[in-house]
Amino acid sequence: MPRFMPAPQPEVSVAPTPSVAANPLFPFVLQLADTSLILAHRLSEWCGHGPILEQDLALANIALDLLGEARSYYQYAAELEGKGRTEDDLAYLRSAVEYRNPLLVEQPNGDFAHTIVRQFLFDNFHYELLKALKNGPDAQLAAIAEKSMKEATYHLKWSSEWMIRLGDGTPESRQRLDKALAVLWRYAGELTTPTPAETNLQELGLVPDYAALLPAMQAHLAHVLAEATVPMPTTPAFAQQGGKQGRHSEHLGYLLTELQYMQRTYPGLTW
Amino acid sequence: MVTAAATAPAEARIWQLLEEVSDPEVPVLSILDLGIVRGVAIDGEQITVTITPTYSGCPAMNTIATDIRLRLLAEGYTKLVIKNQISPAWTTDWMSPAGRDKLEAYGIAPPIDGTATGHVLNLFDKETAVRCPLCKSAHTHLVSQFGSTACKALYQCDDCREPFDYFKCHS
Repeated sequence: MPRFMPAPQPEVSVAPTPSVAANPLFPFVLQLADTSLILAHRLSEWCGHGPILEQDLALANIALDLLGEARSYYQYAAELEGKGRTEDDLAYLRSAVEYRNPLLVEQPNGDFAHTIVRQFLFDNFHYELLKALKNGPDAQLAAIAEKSMKEATYHLKWSSEWMIRLGDGTPESRQRLDKALAVLWRYAGELTTPTPAETNLQELGLVPDYAALLPAMQAHLAHVLAEATVPMPTTPAFAQQGGKQGRHSEHLGYLLTELQYMQRTYPGLTW
Repeated sequence: MVTAAATAPAEARIWQLLEEVSDPEVPVLSILDLGIVRGVAIDGEQITVTITPTYSGCPAMNTIATDIRLRLLAEGYTKLVIKNQISPAWTTDWMSPAGRDKLEAYGIAPPIDGTATGHVLNLFDKETAVRCPLCKSAHTHLVSQFGSTACKALYQCDDCREPFDYFKCHS
């Protein structure tokens, strides 16, 4: 008898002990995978609801690129972990506290301006991160980054242009952009603030030094905000963090409930 | 049943069969035109075909892998491995000249080399001049960088007024 309600999940109050995977890169690759998957899912929620058809298509295209990138990372993470889990197990059968995405990408879509600001803050980091990973020591990560960077270039161009259109647009679009930036800016700092685990990997030279990404990110941010006639935020960018360590906002649970619904309801279901 | 083809596989024959596998999204293009087949390796009865995805999330890749398998199975090749290789990353430079002509005849403007979006600080830059595949006018404009599939942008012709897809340069 099939069940039509999601199976109840065990209450987990603390993050599980980190996996003692032989390869130290596993948690980092998983974090990259989670980040791209969650943002892809958020963007896919726009499908059929975009402000105009062309931008609806753009949002769906970007979602698809990020989903493809997430799959590459999950496949590699499964291989690094070496415990027989597959990309699907990693995406569909982990609870919110096991997810390692930064808080920014799980924030709800809000209005179009809100989605654009979230995307722009992410793209500005993502583009520089991929550029660094592309030249990194791990061949597989470098290959995924080389591939994804071509796509991320289009994403950053798209979100940058929309920042400018909305900021330097009508009073209505400007007011919405200002409001979104005021809310989302506080999540931006987590992207480049290394967790203790990331710091360890950075010391081993396996993960790019985020401080080295900042000058280029700052320059692009300053350029886009100036074109958008929007003042640079003065509040701290790192007020909200914890996602990369499994401490999430309430939004992630709802998102995963939808994303994982089929596998939780019909465990082992395949197409 | 082991056919003669399977016991004495010739690489040239495999390439010939791959030419018959088309892109599910753009059926006028074979996967060789598209430039996604990296290599064919024959080891005894086992045939390994290595392909490179166009875009990371391209849903056609799974279909293409299945189609390759089905085409080769139909010829009696049973020990098949379809390998995905992501590096070096696929580029439209690998698209064959014949493929580009077929694209235009099909109504999709072929990629113009050297016009990939490389400089993100170049916002609102002058868009690539793309020839309308229908009336061949050069008076066209970009509607959106993101078109009906990941690999295409949406353009409109200012003369015949028809919207059309442009296969984005990706290098």
